[in-house]
Amino acid sequence: MKSSRTGWGLLAPTLVILAITGLLPFLYVIYIGFFDWNVFSAKVGMVFKGGNNYRRLVFDKDFLSSLATTLVFAGWAVTSQFVLGYFLAKTLSRNFPGKAFFRTIHALPLMIAPIAVGATWRLLTIPGFGPVPFDLDKWFHVTYNIGRFGGHALLTVILMDIWHWTPFVTLTLLAGLSSLPVEPFEQAVVDGANRRQVFWYITIPGMMPVILTTFFIRMMDALRIVDEVWMLTGGGPGSATRVVGIHIWRIVFPKTDYGYGSAMSLLTLYFTIVLSWLVYTAIAARRRQSAQ
Amino acid sequence: MYALWIVTTLFTLFPIYWMVLVSARSRVELFDSPTLIQTTFYVQNYIKPLTNPTFQRYLVNSLIIASSNAALVAFLALTATYALSRWRLKGSDSIFFWTITNRMAPPAAFMLPLFLLFTRVIRIGTWSLFDTRIGLILLYCVFNLPFAIWLLKGIMDGIPTELDEAAEVDGASIATVLLKVIVPLAAPGIAITAVLSWVFAWNEYLFAATLTSVRARTVTTGLAEFVTVTGTNWGEMAAISVVSLLPALIFLALVQRYIVMGLTFGAVKG
Repeated sequence: MKSSRTGWGLLAPTLVILAITGLLPFLYVIYIGFFDWNVFSAKVGMVFKGGNNYRRLVFDKDFLSSLATTLVFAGWAVTSQFVLGYFLAKTLSRNFPGKAFFRTIHALPLMIAPIAVGATWRLLTIPGFGPVPFDLDKWFHVTYNIGRFGGHALLTVILMDIWHWTPFVTLTLLAGLSSLPVEPFEQAVVDGANRRQVFWYITIPGMMPVILTTFFIRMMDALRIVDEVWMLTGGGPGSATRVVGIHIWRIVFPKTDYGYGSAMSLLTLYFTIVLSWLVYTAIAARRRQSAQ
Repeated sequence: MYALWIVTTLFTLFPIYWMVLVSARSRVELFDSPTLIQTTFYVQNYIKPLTNPTFQRYLVNSLIIASSNAALVAFLALTATYALSRWRLKGSDSIFFWTITNRMAPPAAFMLPLFLLFTRVIRIGTWSLFDTRIGLILLYCVFNLPFAIWLLKGIMDGIPTELDEAAEVDGASIATVLLKVIVPLAAPGIAITAVLSWVFAWNEYLFAATLTSVRARTVTTGLAEFVTVTGTNWGEMAAISVVSLLPALIFLALVQRYIVMGLTFGAVKG
């Protein structure tokens, strides 16, 4: 066995950097979470409150509804990304003229800065200014106003995320598809399996590691989204698109309720980690299975 | 099926088309009823920001930060995943999961500790990490490293251990093994890791907006400035969005053929 000291040595720089940029702020957030610290409150400085912030959170309707909004958003967006991404990956894995060109096109949105994505979608949908509400009204007499109707705004935010991140899912699924072994498919055709059977019994199980990993990454990013939504709707109208990332932002910055905001972040992070851990153990179990 | 293909392709292209279109319009044209066809090109939207020294500095900052961060992340992820894949280290599974959790934190609440860290904790005399490029280069590791480590771990596990063991028997040092055996075999994965890290760093906004003020501002913060200062200048903003997309587009075209090989997350073994 090689000396484990060398292994730790190779790992050390990564751990040090993540400790400074990740762990240290994390510990500080835990610490602040136990205090009442609001720059605008009458009491100056930090006041120790124990678990009070967490007790407050459980009954905080705004926080809970922002969590619900986030889950609705992430659920719809990520599911649609998988359906569309699979379709696109399947199409792009075939051979046809201009394949490289189309692969680049379908990867494009991934390369755009979230803040520019939000700005672009705002340009598209802004009432009285963007082409989408204008043409919908002109041709179909449909009223579409993201500044007025919460449903429209949430739908637009979901569509924007689908647009931005489907390319990522497409690319990983494409990679997964092209690394599948050929023999089981040939065997299935010989045995007279129909397309649906091939899909459910061969493609899906073979793709499972890629699907789970992509799902993990997409979920974890969707649950902490801020930039795009902030740029597109600012969380409004009302609280229709106030996802948890934006909600925390509003607590921490305009309201400067640091202690409460920290507790909120920790709880959200905790939810995310538990959710992710479930997916991660599923991945690890699959790995072990396939390794045997 | 063909219909769905056409619809998804149009759906993908339309917002980008509109972004380019808006960038070609003057303020007056923008407030006309929105048409989908444009015959004139208002170059001023591009010229004004691109000749502005402040914006040029933003561009240079973004280039330096994204490139250094991508190089650093690729290097760190390479050594880290090599260690995780080839040594039986105590608790390496937990370490792997912990590195990933760093990407999950909701950014807003972590701004305050990071701000304090950058302005007060890490400071030597009058110098602190706040508003420096090195500060952002290090900080971007927090969301890029988890992703990079995950991506490369699968690829590293896929490289047969016999290869580096054979090299070690021949007396090669770890650096030699990494450079001569691992890097050539993991090249597609490293390329994808570096390019995606570059793109994520180039596109980052919240950290850059909070942790810089003048000297180390990036293009994305410049982009957001168009919204707040004296009403939104949509034309110039769209122009900058187009400009900031170009380098990513070039990278994408360059590594296009590696994508399929590099993004498997270890789906295939050996």
